[in-house]
This record gives sequence, structure tokens and C-alpha cells, in this order.
Amino acid sequence: MYNFESFTLDWYRELFSDTRLLIIVLNTVVVALLSALISTIIGVLGAIAIKSVKGRRSKNTLLSLNSVLIVSPDVIIGASFLILFTMAGVKLGFYSVLLSHIAFSVPIVVLMVLPKLMEMSPTLLDAAYDLGASRWNVLTKVIIPYITPGIFAGFFMALTYSLDDFAVTFFVTGNGFSTLSVEIYSLARRGVSLNINALSTLIFIATIFLVIGYYFITKQYSKSGMGGKK
Amino acid sequence: MKSKLSRNLYAIPYALWILIFVVAPIVLVLYYSFFDIEGNLSLTNYINFFTPVYLKMTLSSFWYAFLITAFTLLISYPTAFLLTKTKNKQLWLLLIIVPSWINLLLKAYAFLGIFGTYGTANSLLEVLGIGSKQILFTDFSFIFVSVYIFIPFMILPIFNALDEMSPTLLDAANDLGASAWTTFRRVIFPLTLDGVRSGCQVVFIPALSLFMLTRLISGNRVITLGTAIEQQFLVTQDWGMGSTIAVFLIIIMFVFVALTGSRKRGM
Repeated sequence: MYNFESFTLDWYRELFSDTRLLIIVLNTVVVALLSALISTIIGVLGAIAIKSVKGRRSKNTLLSLNSVLIVSPDVIIGASFLILFTMAGVKLGFYSVLLSHIAFSVPIVVLMVLPKLMEMSPTLLDAAYDLGASRWNVLTKVIIPYITPGIFAGFFMALTYSLDDFAVTFFVTGNGFSTLSVEIYSLARRGVSLNINALSTLIFIATIFLVIGYYFITKQYSKSGMGGKK
Repeated sequence: MKSKLSRNLYAIPYALWILIFVVAPIVLVLYYSFFDIEGNLSLTNYINFFTPVYLKMTLSSFWYAFLITAFTLLISYPTAFLLTKTKNKQLWLLLIIVPSWINLLLKAYAFLGIFGTYGTANSLLEVLGIGSKQILFTDFSFIFVSVYIFIPFMILPIFNALDEMSPTLLDAANDLGASAWTTFRRVIFPLTLDGVRSGCQVVFIPALSLFMLTRLISGNRVITLGTAIEQQFLVTQDWGMGSTIAVFLIIIMFVFVALTGSRKRGM
């Protein structure tokens, strides 16, 4: 690492010939996409449910329950999920990681979708009902299109949270299953080695692309009036 | 009856989520904290927590978290202030936030290289004639890296608070003869206190519970509450004690939020 002689792509070659690592990358991506998708569905339904709650008190209770997983430290989330999965008999591995990623992404999706839902004028719904729309029609033709920017923002946030997470995954991943951040941690504990550097560069580039994608998607929808985000 | 049931059908997944992943884990942590390592119901863990070993650890964890928060604030406030004065402030803000998109581990890993025995920092010290020093695995490196990681989270709320402030207030203060220092002390700082508060919350609580950085950067020298929990759960396998520390961490968190937050802002 410290004796620089010339540029080389050897470390990238080594990286791509390491099948174990490629499987881990694949795991990470699959977990991220699946958890983002499922948590987006649950989160959108949850946001609609929170909005339909009438009482102010119960709404506030729901909102604070919602934010518990956002404010609590990762270590506590990880430890409590470890207890939960062990008690419930879920084998530590792919499913426990997926479930916990879904669990901590749901509140973020709710927080991204709820503002859009709140700013939607109730007259829109009344108009739809007056024109004879069924509840299902109202949901798919009026509510969902209106909150789409929020849904996309929530999905991307869930995706980045899942890709980014180390602490919770570290607790609930058993032997045999590993995601990228857990793998980097165990490599880094052994000290500096150059294929981690190569890997980091690739992850950095992927992150930048993700951010650019997120930026353009929100920008595209901001023309149809997505305020609040600077 | 049927319509009411089907009306609320869509809320079921979310309700289940709250029940399983929000309520149940907290209850389980609390439940486990009353079991000692042999699985007997007892208060041993709570008694153990108040022995000097754990109290000292809690205090040192507090001390480190306090230092990290203080240094972060010291750097972030002037930075946020300067940012609001620059021309392309959104661009500068973006540049400061970019590092927070990169995985925490990668940043920690980068510092392993920079602070290592033959790393950039030591080469610089050599050039300056100070000679190479042990930088990695010291308190300094731990606090430095933590501060570096938390800076964006502190700058953001302070920047927003400063940005929202109406410039006419400053003009008014000037007109009324306030010096720059008085303006800052009496006008700017009180108005941005909310931003400072939420910034401190976002930094202090994670700083108490850091565990990956302590392992990588400070080489087990620094033990925070987070490290202790991880140790109890994954190494010692004493879930009861781990849960007890977690319970105290949750309590500390609530107390801290109650102390610093007048009203909570959305994240």
C-alpha cells in the first residue's frame, strides 16, 4: 500500500475473480431492493392509515411509535431484533436480515409519504366520490398518483438505508450470510488491504449514481409541485 | 360490519409492523434485562450496572460523547454561518453533505489508511520534522474521526435555522447600535438555538452508542455504551446484561431528548 510504483488494475481484477465477494454483493443488492419494495408498500399503507385516524391524540401516538425506530440507536435496534428473531425461531440469515431491513425502512417511507398525503386537498377525494368512484378507484386513480413523488423518495431512502446499514445487519446476520458492509468490517479489522480500496471505489461510484438518480426523479416530479425539499 | 372490516383491511400490515418490530422488541429488551446469565429471574443485572466497573464505563462514554458533540458544534456553527454568507450556498451545502452518503465503514476504513503507521498523516509529520507518531488507536483519532463523521448532521439543522432567519432582523439590530458580538449573542444565537438543539440530539445519542468506530479506529481502547451492548450480546453472550445496558441507554436517550428538545422537528 505504501510503496507506490505504478498504476494497476490488478486489485479490480482480483475483486472480480472473487466469487464469494460477488455473491455478497448480490446478497446486498437483493436485500436492498426487496426490503425497499416491501417497506414502501407497508409504509404507503401505513401513511394512509395514519391520515385516516381522526383523533389528535391517537394520531400523535401513532407518529411517535412510528419514529421509535428512527431515533433509537442502531445497536439497540440490532440487539432487540436479535432477541426477537431468536424468540420467534427465525433462523439468522437472509430472512432475518431482510425482515430487519424492512422493519427499519418502514418509518422512513411513512415520513416521506405522509407530508404529500397531508397536503392533498380533501376536496379532491370528495369530487372523486361525487363522480361515483369506488374506494379502490379513489386509491389508485387519485391518491396514489398524487403521492407518487413521496413514494419514490421513500423507496430511494429505504434503498440507501438498507445499503448503508451496518450495525443492525451485524447483529442479525448469522454465520454463512453476509452483506457488503459486514464483510468490509471483518476485512477492515484485519487491517488495510488494497482490494477493499478497489471495492470502496466501486461502492462510492454506485452511491453517486444512486444519488444522481434520486435527484433527477425528485426533480422531475417537483415540476408537478413537490415543495418542501430544497 | 363487513364494510368497516374491509375499510380497515389496508391498515393491517402497518399495524402488524408496529406490533412486531416496534412494541415487541422494546418489551423483549425489558424482559431480558431481568434475567441473569443462568436464566434466572433476578435483579442482578441492575445491581451490577451500579458497580464501579459499569458506572465508570457509562461516565467515560458520556465524556467521549460530550467531547464529540462539543467539537462538532464548535466546527459546525461557524461553518454553517459562513455557508449562509457564500454565493452558491446550496452547492456548498451539497458538497458538505456528500460525505454523509458514503458508507460509514468506508470512511472509517479510509482513516485506517490515513492514520496508519506509514499513512499520509505520519508522512506529513515527518516532513514537518516532528517525526512519526502512533495516531491510530488513540483517543485523539477516535474523537477526530467521530467529529468528521458527525459534522454534516450538525451543519444541516444549524444551516437551516440560519437560512430561515430574516436578514431584516440583523439590519434592525445594526440600526439600533448593536455591535457584531451583541448581534450574535442576542439575536442570531437565540434564533438558531432550535437548530443547535436538534443538531446536538442527532450527534450525542449516536455518539453514545457508536461501536464500530471504537473497534476499528480506537482498537478497543474506548468503550462506549454501544460497544458494551455489542460485547455482551455477541461476545460474552450475556443477553441479560446487554439488555440492561440497552434499557439504560434508552432511558438516557429519553432524558436527553426531553432536556434538549423544546419541540421536535421532523428529520
